[in-house]
Amino acid sequence: MTKLLSVRLVAILVGLGFALIALYSFVVGAYAAITEEAAGHVPYEKPEDIAYSFDGPFGKWDIQQLQRGFKVYDEVCAACHSLKYVAFRDLEQIGYDEGQVKAFAASKQVPGIDPNTGEATTRPGLPTDYFPSPYPNNVAAAAANNNAIPPDLSLMTKARGDGTNYVASLLAGYAEPSAELLEEHPEAAPGPGLYHNPYFPNLNLAMAPPLTTAGQVTYDDGTEATVQQMSEDVAAFLTWTAEPTLVARKQTGWPVLIFLLFATVLAYMSKKQIWAAAKRKGD
Amino acid sequence: MSFPWAKEYTPTNPVMKFFDEKLPLPRLVYDAVGAGYPVPRNLSYFWNFGVLAGFFLVVQIVTGVVLAMHYAANAQVAFATTEHIMRDVNWGWLMRYAHANGASFFFIVVYLHIFRGFFYSSYKAPREMIWLLGVVIFLLMMATAFMGYVLPWGQMSFWGAKVITGLFGAIPLVGEPIQIWLLGGFAPDNAALNRFFSLHFLLPFVIAAVVILHVWALHIPGSSNPTGVEVKQESDTLPFHPYYTAKDGFGLGVALLLFFAMVFFLPNALGHPDNYIEANPLSTPAHIVPEWYFWPFYAILRAFTVDFLFIPAKLLGVIAMFGSILIWFFLPWLDKSPVRSGHYRPLFRKFFWFGLIPAMIVLFICGGAPAEEPYVMLSQVATAYYFLHFLVILPIVSQIEKPEPLPYSITEAVLGEDKQAVLGENAKPAV
Repeated sequence: MTKLLSVRLVAILVGLGFALIALYSFVVGAYAAITEEAAGHVPYEKPEDIAYSFDGPFGKWDIQQLQRGFKVYDEVCAACHSLKYVAFRDLEQIGYDEGQVKAFAASKQVPGIDPNTGEATTRPGLPTDYFPSPYPNNVAAAAANNNAIPPDLSLMTKARGDGTNYVASLLAGYAEPSAELLEEHPEAAPGPGLYHNPYFPNLNLAMAPPLTTAGQVTYDDGTEATVQQMSEDVAAFLTWTAEPTLVARKQTGWPVLIFLLFATVLAYMSKKQIWAAAKRKGD
Repeated sequence: MSFPWAKEYTPTNPVMKFFDEKLPLPRLVYDAVGAGYPVPRNLSYFWNFGVLAGFFLVVQIVTGVVLAMHYAANAQVAFATTEHIMRDVNWGWLMRYAHANGASFFFIVVYLHIFRGFFYSSYKAPREMIWLLGVVIFLLMMATAFMGYVLPWGQMSFWGAKVITGLFGAIPLVGEPIQIWLLGGFAPDNAALNRFFSLHFLLPFVIAAVVILHVWALHIPGSSNPTGVEVKQESDTLPFHPYYTAKDGFGLGVALLLFFAMVFFLPNALGHPDNYIEANPLSTPAHIVPEWYFWPFYAILRAFTVDFLFIPAKLLGVIAMFGSILIWFFLPWLDKSPVRSGHYRPLFRKFFWFGLIPAMIVLFICGGAPAEEPYVMLSQVATAYYFLHFLVILPIVSQIEKPEPLPYSITEAVLGEDKQAVLGENAKPAV
C-alpha cells in the first residue's frame, strides 16, 4: 500500500513539474505577445471556385476541354515546364487515336543514343516515351529562368491546396499590385524579374504572365480562347495529368458503396434478429 | 481461461475431429472468437473498435505487401515508383489510396478504442496486462506510420523525417551521434529511406504478434463492460458467436462504408498537398506538419518554447512528447478508484468531459496549425492540463470521489432485475 502511494506521489510531482514548465513557456510567450508587435502576414487571395465537369462524386472528364488544355500546355507551358510522369501513349485516354498519338510523339525530339557512334543525341519520340523536358537539366533550367527552376507540372494540381482552382486563378490572375496593398505592405512590391499575382502565397512569382492575349492559342473546336478560358482549360488538363484515374476512381466507388450499403443493411437486420431474444428492457 | 459455463468445442464432422485431435486450431478459434467465449451481454458499440482495429491491421498488411511489389526504396526513384503505382499498375491507385487512408482509419478506430479504455478505465485490475500491451501496440503503430509516410519521398516525407529524427538530436551529448546513426548520414537520404522501408515492412508483423498477446491477455479475465461490474454468473454473458460476431459484422459494414467513401471520393483529404512534390533538401516547406494522427503529440512537442533551468526547450518538448504516451503505462496504478465505469464516477466524469476531451481537441487543432499565436499559447495550457489530468487529477479524484451506486450485476443492469440479487444474501452493490 505504501509502495502504491509512493507511485502516485511521484506521479503527482512529475505531473506538476510538466504542467509548471509548460505554463512557464506560456507566461513567457504571453509576455512577448503583449510587448512585441506581431508581424502581419501579407494577404493573398483564395483561389476562385470554378465549376468543372469532373467535380463531385459523379464527375466526368470533358474530353473537349482536356484537348483544349493539352493544346495550351503544348503551345505555351511546355516551353518551360516538363510533364515527366505523362507518356505520349497516355494521350489516347483523352480522345486521341493511335495515329494522332504517333504523329504527335514523332513531332517531339526526345533524348536518344546514336546507334553508330553511341553518342548522346535526340530522336523523334515514340508513343511509349514520356514528355521530354524543355531543359537538359536543372542547372540549364535555372540559368535560363533567372535562377527559378520551372517546376514539373504533372502533379501540380495535387501539389497545391485546391489545386485545379489555384492553377486557373493564378494563370488568369496576374495584375498590378493595388495602391492600398503597397501602402500597407511596401515589401509586397515585385522585385526585379518578379511579377505580382494576388493568388501566389507571397504575391510575387518569377513566372512572367504566360497567357496574355485572347486567341493566343487557336482552339480546334471553335471555343473562344479568352485568357480565363485558356486558364481553366489548362487547369483541367493538369488535373487529368495529376490523376488520370480520377474519373475511373469515382465510377468504381459507386458500385462498391452500393454493395456495402446492402451488406450493412443485411448485417444490421441479422444482428437485430439474433439479439431479439437477449434484448435489454425498454429497447 | 474463461468462465466455467463456456461452451466446449465438440466437433461432429470427422475431418474436424481428426484436425482437433492433432492440432486444436479450430478449438482455439472457437474459444477465442466463437461460441466458446462468453462475453458480457451489455457491451455497447464502443466495444466494436478492437475488432475493427484488427481488421484495419489486415487491410494495411495486404495492401502494403502489394504496394511493396511495385515500389522501389531508392531516393532516386521512390517518388517516381509511387507515381508508377498510381498510373500504370493495375488498380495501383486503389491499393495506394486504401493504404494511405487505411492508416488514418486504423488510427481513428484505435483512438476510439483508447478513448473507450480511458472512460471505462479498462486498464484497471485484472486487465493491466491488456492495457500495457495495447500501449506497446500504439507506440509500434506510431513508429510504423511515421516510417511509412517517409516512403513516397515527397516534401513532407523528407522534412517530416528530418524533424522527427532531429528530436533525437536534442538528447544531451550523445544526441547528434544517435541522430546520424539512425539516419545513416547527416540528413535523410538513401540510407534512411532503405532502413525505413525495411522497418516499415517488419513492424506490422511485430504489431500482429503483440495483438495476439493482447487478445490472449484479454481472454484471461474476459471483456470489460459499460457498467464495470465483473461477470458473476452465466446470465451476465452471451456467447461471442453469434451475438458479437453479428454486432461486429454490422460495425464493420459501417466502418467499410466510411472507409471506401474516403478512398473513392476524398482520397487526399487527410494528406498534405506538399507530399505530391518530390523531396527537395534545398527547399523547406512553409509549414512542416505531420499526419493528422500525430497532431496532439506534435502540439505537446512544440508547446515548450522556453529553456528552463539550463534544459533546452527542444529537449523539454521531446521529453514531454514521449512522456505524454509513456505515462499511459502507469495508469493502472495511478487511478485506484475501485469503480471502473465513468458512468458511476461523477467527479471523474466531469474532469473527463470538461477537461481531458477539450484539452485533446485543442492539442489536435494546435498540432495541425502553424507555430504562431494563439495556437502556441493554447497548446501550452492544454499540455499543462494533459499532464495534470493523468498524473495529478486522476490519482486525487480516485481517492476523494464518492461513486454512485452500481447495479448488482450485468443482468440487473440489462434486464432491470436480477433474481440472484433479490434472492441472494449479498444484495448490496458489489464491485
